[in-house]
This record gives sequence, C-alpha cells and structure tokens, in this order.
Amino acid sequence: MEFDLAFIWGLLIAIAVFAYVALDGFDLGVGILFPFVRSRDKRDAMISAIAPVWDGNETWLILGGGGLYAAFPLAYAVLMPALYAPLIAMLLGLIFRGVAFEFRFRSRRKKDLWDLGFCIGSLVAALAQGIALGAVVQGVAVEGRAYAGGWFDWLTPFTILTAVALVVGYALLGATWLIWKTREPLQAEMRRAAVPLAAALVAAIGAVSLWMILMDPDFADRWLSWPAIAWVWPVPLLVLAVGAAFLHAIRTRRELLPYLLALAWFLLSYIGLAISLYPFIVPPAITIRDAAAPDASLGFLLVGAGILLPIILAYTAYAYWVFRGKVTGGEHYH
Amino acid sequence: MLDDAVLLARIQFAFTIAFHIIFPAFTIGLASFLAVLEGLWLLTKREVYLRLFRYWLVIFAVAFGMGVVSGIVMTYQFGTNWSVFSDRTGPVLGPLMGYEVLTAFFLEAGFLGVMLFGMNRVGKGLHFAATCMVAFGTVLSAFWILAVNSWMQTPAGYATNEAGQFVPEDWWAVIFNPSFPYRLVHMVLAAYLTTALVVGAVGAWHLLRDRANEAARIMLSMAMWMAAIVAPIQILVGDLHGLNTLEHQPAKIAAMEGHFTTQAGAPFIVVGWPDADAGETKWALEIPNLGALILTHDWNGTVQGLEDWPQDEWPPLPLVFWSFRVMVALGFLMAALGLTSLWLRWKGRLYDRRWFLRWAMLMGPSGFLAVLAGWTTTEVGRQPWAIYGLLRTAEAASPVDAAGVGTSLLAFIIVYVLIFGAGTVYILRLMGQTPTPGTEGPHVEEAGRTSGIMPGPAMQEDARAAPPGRALD
Repeated sequence: MEFDLAFIWGLLIAIAVFAYVALDGFDLGVGILFPFVRSRDKRDAMISAIAPVWDGNETWLILGGGGLYAAFPLAYAVLMPALYAPLIAMLLGLIFRGVAFEFRFRSRRKKDLWDLGFCIGSLVAALAQGIALGAVVQGVAVEGRAYAGGWFDWLTPFTILTAVALVVGYALLGATWLIWKTREPLQAEMRRAAVPLAAALVAAIGAVSLWMILMDPDFADRWLSWPAIAWVWPVPLLVLAVGAAFLHAIRTRRELLPYLLALAWFLLSYIGLAISLYPFIVPPAITIRDAAAPDASLGFLLVGAGILLPIILAYTAYAYWVFRGKVTGGEHYH
Repeated sequence: MLDDAVLLARIQFAFTIAFHIIFPAFTIGLASFLAVLEGLWLLTKREVYLRLFRYWLVIFAVAFGMGVVSGIVMTYQFGTNWSVFSDRTGPVLGPLMGYEVLTAFFLEAGFLGVMLFGMNRVGKGLHFAATCMVAFGTVLSAFWILAVNSWMQTPAGYATNEAGQFVPEDWWAVIFNPSFPYRLVHMVLAAYLTTALVVGAVGAWHLLRDRANEAARIMLSMAMWMAAIVAPIQILVGDLHGLNTLEHQPAKIAAMEGHFTTQAGAPFIVVGWPDADAGETKWALEIPNLGALILTHDWNGTVQGLEDWPQDEWPPLPLVFWSFRVMVALGFLMAALGLTSLWLRWKGRLYDRRWFLRWAMLMGPSGFLAVLAGWTTTEVGRQPWAIYGLLRTAEAASPVDAAGVGTSLLAFIIVYVLIFGAGTVYILRLMGQTPTPGTEGPHVEEAGRTSGIMPGPAMQEDARAAPPGRALD
C-alpha cells in the first residue's frame, strides 16, 4: 500500500460511495418499506422523515460518479458501458422517486399513483445498485482501454443475490431510521420489522461471502490462507457481534442505536469487499493506479476536495441538526 | 451498425440534455429572484414580498427537483454512451465536473432543505443566507458546466499523453478557455431573462383577471425591468460571442450564416435553406453586405464560406442555420417587449393595456425556446467534433450496440414525457393560483396544502399561522 495520489483518491471515492450508501440507503429503504405501510398518515410521516435531506443524500452519488470520471477516467469509461442497463434502470428509478416526493404533495387525486412511483422507483434503484455491485465484484471483461463483455454480463445468479442483499440492507436502514425519527405507532411497527430484516441481512452477507470464496480462488486465498486469515477473521466475527448488539438495542427500545448498528453491518461488508478487491478498481484487469488520471489532475481536484469536503460535511451535519428530533408530519393532512 | 449506435447515442444525449437545460435555465434565475424577494421583504417588511417569495418558492421546489434528477442522468451518460470521450477527457474535464459537484451541487442541495422547510427553525437571517447560498450555488454550477462545454468548443491548456488522453498543462487556460467568458455571460443572462419572462407572463395572466392585484403588479413590474435592461445587453453579448466564435470556430459561423463561398462584403441571409449537396443556400432572401458588417464590422469585410473546409467537417447545416435564427428572432422580440414596457410605464399604463399583458403572457415560454435554440446552434454547430478539431463525435462513443442505446433511449423518452409532463402540469397549476393576500383562514389553509413543500413540521405551523404581516419566527 502506497500513499500516492491515486490511493488517496481511491479512498476518497470509496468514502463518497459509502456516504451515499449510508445516507441515501435509508431514504431508499423508506421507499422500499412504503407498500407495507397502509395508512396515509404513517406514509406522510415516513416522507417527512426524509424529505429535507434526500436531495443532499443523492448528491453523494453524483460525487461518486463525477469523482470516478475525474480521478479514474479509464475505470469510468469501462464500468459505465459494462453496467449500462442497471445504471440506466437506476437513473430512471431515481427520477421517479425524486419527483414523486414533490408531486405527491401537489396532487390530490393521483397521490396513490405517486406513492407507487416512489416505492417502485426506490426498489428499482436499490436492485440496480445491488446488481451493479455484484457485476463489479464478479469481474468485468476488458480489452485494451474498453469494455469487451456482452450486453447481459451483469445478469447472473450472483448479481441477483447481491441485489436482494442490498434491498434487504436498505430496507433495514430505512426501518431503523424511522425508529429514530418517528413516534408510535409507526415506530413500533418499524421495530417489529427490524429484527427479521436484520436476520435476513446477516444471512445475505453470509451467502454473498460464501459465494465469493467458492467463485474465485483469489478471494478464497485472501480470506482463508495463512497468514491472511490471522488478520481478516475479526470481520465476520464482528458481523455476528453487531447482530447481538442489534437485538439488544431493539429489545431495550434504543432510538438511534439500531440505525448505527445497521450502518456497522454496511461498513463491515464494505471493508470485506475492500479486502477482497484491493487494489483493483475494475477487477480483474484494472488497478486503481492503471486507471488513475495524471497527478496534475488528481492534485488539482484534491486541493478543492480537501478544502470543500470538510465544509460540505459540516453543513450537511448542520442541515441534519436543523431537522433533528421526531417528525410530527401526518396530522396536518387530516 | 456502429453508426446507428452513434446516431442513437447522439439523439439520447440531445434529448436528455435538452430536457435538463430547461430546468437550470429557469432555476438559476428563479433562485436569484427568490433571494431578491426575500431581501426586499426583510428590508421593507412588506407582506407582499413574503407572499411572492412563498408563491415562487413552491414552483422553485418542483422545478429544482426535476433539474436535480435530470442532472444525475447527465453525470452518468458520459460514461454509458461516450466512454471513449470519458477516458480521453477525464483528466482535463473530470476535475471541472468534480468542482461543480463539490461547490455548486452540494451548496444547492445542502441549503435547499433549509430554504424550503426551515423558515421556522433557523430564523429569518439564516434563512435568507440559505436562500442566497442556493442562488449562488446555481450560478456556480453554471460556471463549471460552461467551463467544460467551452473547453469542448475551444480547447486550450492541454497536452496529449501516450494513452491518447488529454492531460492538463495549465488549469487557468483550461478553465478560462477562449470562448468561456462569452458563453458564461450569455447563458447566465439567458437564465435571468427566461425567468423574468415566466414571472412576467404569470403576472400578466393574473392582471388580465384582476388588474388591481398587488402581487401580480410587482411580478410584472420586476420582470419588465429585467427584460428592458437585460434583453438589449444580451443582444450585445450575443454579438460578442458570435465574433468570438468567428475567431475560433469559423466553420460554425459559416453554417449559421449559410455562407458557402468565401467572399468580400458577404450578405446577411435572412431566410433560406442551406443545401450541403448543392453547395448553396436555396431560396435565400439576402441583405447585401450586412453579413460582412455584422461579422467583421466592415462593409466590405471578407467572410469565410464552407468551401474552405472539406464537407466531412461541416455541421448539419439547416439545423444550425435555423436554430440560430429562431434564437435571434426571440431575442429581438424580448427586447421589444422590454422597451415597450418602458414606454407604457412612462405613460403610467403598464398594468392595464390588455394587448401588452397578452403579449407578455405569450412571451412566457420564449426564454426556454431561445435557450434550446441557442444551445442547438452551438452544439450542433460543433459537429462533427465532440472536442473541436481534436476528437470526432463518431470516435467518442461507447462500444455499445444500437439495440442497447435504442432501448434506453425509448425508456428515457417514456419516463421523461410522463414525469416532466406531470411536473409541467403541476407548475402551471401552481402558477394559475392567484397570489392574493392571506387575510382569510381558508386561503392560508389552501396555500398550506397545495404548496405542499411542507411535509415537515416547520412549514405546517407557519402555513397555519401566517396572517399577513405577522413575523414568522
């Protein structure tokens, strides 16, 4: 591991993607949970819990895409055509849910229709992101400086599994976010949903890990061979430990802790993926150094990122702080 | 096969970017207008400014939401459909896009929540600051995006590496490339004009129903000041931009003018049909020497014709020729509207000449049309190049086949028509509501419900308890 500009940018983009998953994950999750909540008041409360922040959350996705284009143009140029169909589906899904936020308040008769759009859009975006993740992990065919695979390379049993895993994970983030942001009776409903969702997520994490080890001897090597196993074993163990803590947090009716623990699962899975893939940005062919833009580009943008990212984090935190506390939305619409 | 894919990818890009630009063109101006309204409210304490602020804030929220989602598509489309372009330009253009996201996008998205929902939570001063930040963010966004586009038109400050990528040599030269200042000013003014014409049209529409409506009067008055001052300036800036294009992209100018032969004292062709195969502009209605006068500021100046370039370097002629004329004609109509408003204002008749109000109403969409026509001129005029003189559009595309691009194009068309159609209907419905003072309960209730940016608790409270003039903190 060498701390050059390419490494720093790899880390920054990884952080941006994680920030996106942590933040937009819960509001996509709220959309995924929408069909299971029937009452209009509860739905309004769900929307209220994410309305002021979703827009900023999605911006991290733009930073991830834009950052990839700037820092690793070759990876961007290979991955985007490789993930063509899931990415377009994700974009269309995000469009639907993004405008549904605004439109459902504008519309009197078609409110249910926009609720449906919000829900389907969230689900499609989450599935597409999960498929894209799986498609990158399973490897991308590259020839020269271009994608060389077929149109449907992204669709395999493995990518379907990762897609389901991500949907379950987002739903859990959504449920735990609502535990924090809403009151009874919606809060209790979410508490009841959280435990099976968490169990499903742990099962999915296990299944994806096992599949990866069986799929590729290189992955198996990184996890099971000596001496690697000596320092990677805390990852799966911590996944189980978080599970115990999660059950306890739900039982003792903690408010914020379940969301943070759900995030911990995401972080551990993310670290697990990093251990499996580093230093490849487009496995198995392109490393972060192969794909990196020249130092003149990386340095120029890093100056800005170094100054602006802390400011962005500060005012993102401020925006969340302004809208702290429980939402009371819903009663207004009687 | 590949050619079909390139053509479809171009149609897809044109379609998605044309839909996208409509919203920034409106929200850049509207954000500044909102900042001015809130500032006026804080300064004068007149309730009508707050009412206007609220009225346009709701419309802004819908338009901004559509701008954001259609903008995300653009970030990814470079890669999905134009991967060779992405690989080769990433080191130069990527950081500019990165700065756009870091500065503008986050500024807008971060403060938008406070602007929309936070009046009660943060107090007036901070809320005003948030509004200003959103407005500043929209202009900053235009700065970076136009730097990128201008670099594609007039690349500068770069070198080429062994992988075939363009790499930065001098960032200052990359950003402030030759056409950038002209393009930026032209676009920001266009956005302000577009917004002014929409605001003016809405004001005029309500004045046609009730000429005493104070809020509608202010809308029309502010909008017409803007049109009277900015439209003539815009024509001047457009001329300067054109001269800049003549210097750096003379073939584009030849296409815009319909000039095939290089000649001294070139005419201005008012209308006609440039026919590339025939090598002449058919059915041309010409004004002798005017073309030379406009382009060279000299009665007998020499203007290059398309014959100076091989035909495979010509842009599609009729589209460039006609979109340019549509833009110019609309620009002059806007200036005429603005100057007429000055005359009527001087006569004290601005609010009650029905023909003028109708005219102002009809001009409502003209800004959007002019923006689309202008962008068509400059983008189609850049063809066959993706990066002028350096990378052909046909060589910039992704190795994706026509079926894939075509399917996604179809999906985009269906979703966009559905979504943005509905959005436009909602915006028009909001504009149709009369901006009357919130003196009675029912109206306030109504505003609270339909202006529904207020799922959060904050705005619910002020929607309920907002009798005129009452402070909102």
